[in-house]
Amino acid sequence: MSEFPVDDSIDLRGVLCPINFVKTKLKLEEMDDGDHLEVFLDEGEPISNVPRSVKDEGHQVLKVIKETDGNYRLIIKKSG
Amino acid sequence: MSNSEKWIERYSRHIILPEVGGKGQEKLNDSKVLVIGAGGLGSPVALYLAAAGIGTLGIVDNDVVDLSNLQRQIIHAEKDLNRKKTDSAAEKLTALNPDIEVKPYQMMVDSSNIMDLIKDYDVIVDGTDNFPTRFLVNDACVFAGKPLVHGAILRFDGQAFTIMPKEGPCYRCIFEQPPPPGTVPNCSQAGILGAIAGIIGTIQATEVLKIILEQGKTLMGRLLVVDALDMSFREVKIRRNDACPICGENPSITELIDYEWVC
Repeated sequence: MSEFPVDDSIDLRGVLCPINFVKTKLKLEEMDDGDHLEVFLDEGEPISNVPRSVKDEGHQVLKVIKETDGNYRLIIKKSG
Repeated sequence: MSNSEKWIERYSRHIILPEVGGKGQEKLNDSKVLVIGAGGLGSPVALYLAAAGIGTLGIVDNDVVDLSNLQRQIIHAEKDLNRKKTDSAAEKLTALNPDIEVKPYQMMVDSSNIMDLIKDYDVIVDGTDNFPTRFLVNDACVFAGKPLVHGAILRFDGQAFTIMPKEGPCYRCIFEQPPPPGTVPNCSQAGILGAIAGIIGTIQATEVLKIILEQGKTLMGRLLVVDALDMSFREVKIRRNDACPICGENPSITELIDYEWVC
């Protein structure tokens, strides 16, 4: 849990595509370069789409962690 | 408004674009655009700009809706016949996007009022249907240093051109002065394919959005000429004209001109 200290966190469980990515993007816009953002996502479409879109924007997905409830926790490093 | 759930959802397809994002969308929401003419070109321009969330959208027109307008002026409907075009347009735009401010100006633009009209706006759109107004709008934008997106249509033809005063050529760098009255046919004499208004108007709206977003390459210095019969898009490179009577080295035009209006 603590190997990546996070600067901000956003819970997007229950938020559909593409609004989950839009909210992730807006959050990243407010953050500084190099900051870490933690994102909680549903399994299925969200976890297959959001990390890819985040990478397309030039950010790094440092970690994708499957939680015990079946959902996912993403650690993103803001870049550029 | 920004970052509310409604804002995020309404503009989500813009925000997703790397060239727009949340900051770009906020720029659009903070911008002011004046559309001169609520007719064939003004209809698609104003509708797309309202949908894009342009914060303040001014609409200028002096006319009322006529049945013969409805073949191409898609912001108006049969129920609007004989109604002021500015009122009819404002109603549709507000219905499409109640979060923007629509300012209708029911008036004829001339040399006495245009500088005051454009002064608060960031970008001006030429959706006029006559040469006197088109030259007046060009000259006023050159004097005020306002970006102007020009468009014109006739029969199956259309053209679009973006004017960034002093940076690129203006309308008079290409056409020094209006053609003599009566030498060029207007829409009511020559006819017009309604859909060409949509082609040129949406190009103008796109140019406005790019200017505000500071993205891409505008039609500055490039006159886009569309022939819808062949469906060909041709680009004519235009340079600033040193001899331009208004933005050249020794301008002969130093004040606005009201040309004779014949239609």
